[in-house]
Amino acid sequence: MSPLGPLLLATLLFCVGIYGVIARRNAVLVLMSVELMLNAVNINLVAFSNLLFPEDAAVSGQIFALFIIGVAAAEVGVGLAIVFNMFRNRASVNVDDVDLMRW
Amino acid sequence: MTGHDVVFVLVGLLTAAAAILTVTSKNLVHAALFLATTLAGIAGVFLVLAADFLALVQLVVYVGAVAVLFLFGLMLTRAPIGREALDNQNRGLAIGVSGGLFVVLSALIVDAVVGGSLGDTTVAEVTGPGIEDIGMAIFAEWVLPFEVLSMLLLAALIGAIVLARREPGDSGEEAMATRIDFGDAPPTEGTDSLSSGSLPELTSGERREGGP
Amino acid sequence: MSFFEQYGTFAILVVLGCLLYALIMVVSRVMRPSVPSPQKLTTYECGVPAEGTGWTQVNIRYYVFAFLFVIFDVEAIFLFPWAVIVGGLDATTPVSPMFAVVAMFLFIGTLLEGLAYAWKKGVLRWD
Repeated sequence: MSPLGPLLLATLLFCVGIYGVIARRNAVLVLMSVELMLNAVNINLVAFSNLLFPEDAAVSGQIFALFIIGVAAAEVGVGLAIVFNMFRNRASVNVDDVDLMRW
Repeated sequence: MTGHDVVFVLVGLLTAAAAILTVTSKNLVHAALFLATTLAGIAGVFLVLAADFLALVQLVVYVGAVAVLFLFGLMLTRAPIGREALDNQNRGLAIGVSGGLFVVLSALIVDAVVGGSLGDTTVAEVTGPGIEDIGMAIFAEWVLPFEVLSMLLLAALIGAIVLARREPGDSGEEAMATRIDFGDAPPTEGTDSLSSGSLPELTSGERREGGP
Repeated sequence: MSFFEQYGTFAILVVLGCLLYALIMVVSRVMRPSVPSPQKLTTYECGVPAEGTGWTQVNIRYYVFAFLFVIFDVEAIFLFPWAVIVGGLDATTPVSPMFAVVAMFLFIGTLLEGLAYAWKKGVLRWD
């Protein structure tokens, strides 16, 4: 199996995530797009580990992915809590409305 | 083209289509369900890449837990439905940046893989470490990150509780009084569940659905 | 065991499941009479007229429970590899059994601290 497919899929997911982060106005949807980008990185890590260095039986790629999944879970939890506070204070989840500190 | 490639193309197309629908869907709940489909597709990709344990983790954590968290997030913030409300004016910029990045990155990848600067990259049989190797590596080499992860999760949990919770007796009026006046707070149409002020009351949602 | 031997049966099962679903839906669409009227097309809500939209705001307490579930889900996925290796550990392996047990219990203990905090703060109580 060639690593071309997984790497291209990861690139596509990452760019779709970037599109979502820039184009979406709803903060929850922005967080979802960040999740897509994190998952793209996980695909890359596993593809490099298992396809490019198979003879080493390299576990580092999978362990990196495992820790990224754990960190992403923490990130989503705190991110959504921040969104709830934003909704509570401003009655809006639009990232455009939260521009008090914008120069 | 081996059998692995065929399976990968099928799963990859499903994943890519679901990902694109996630960021273009006009309906919030549809976007969350497409995200769950994408995450499940990525579990399939892990399976094809011989990372069985990671596929299981992906299903258990992402599809089982994080997707539910996102659905809660959508249900709690009660956002309007419709494309204009979900997207901002930056669509052109977003297409330019993401499309340009995709073209550049995929050109580099194709050049590296097909051009041969990575060497002979096609493997006949995809193999990966098993769960024993992963467990041994975590406790032999990755113990410190493992313990730090527990601290991070603890901090995230406490942070989420502090942010999401309100003090007992903390009513909407008090929150109104202590709130910083932003002056330009947007109008609050569509939040008919609140009657005492202009603030949406997250703790007193309607309970006529019949409880948990 | 190769990939296709391992997951071939599973793939066939998934495909058969999808086909069965499609078949049932098509058969029911073909066989049922369709005489729509505005009265019939309204949302059915236990016989009483439906009010408002289907979008109700849920209570934020559900969120804390959901996040607690996510935290202990992450703990569970780290318990899997630990449980697989911990029985076979001895002096010859790179990890000593005591070390693995202590490391895992430190991890669980740290997360239990979070659960204790949630308990102390009263977010686990409904009243």
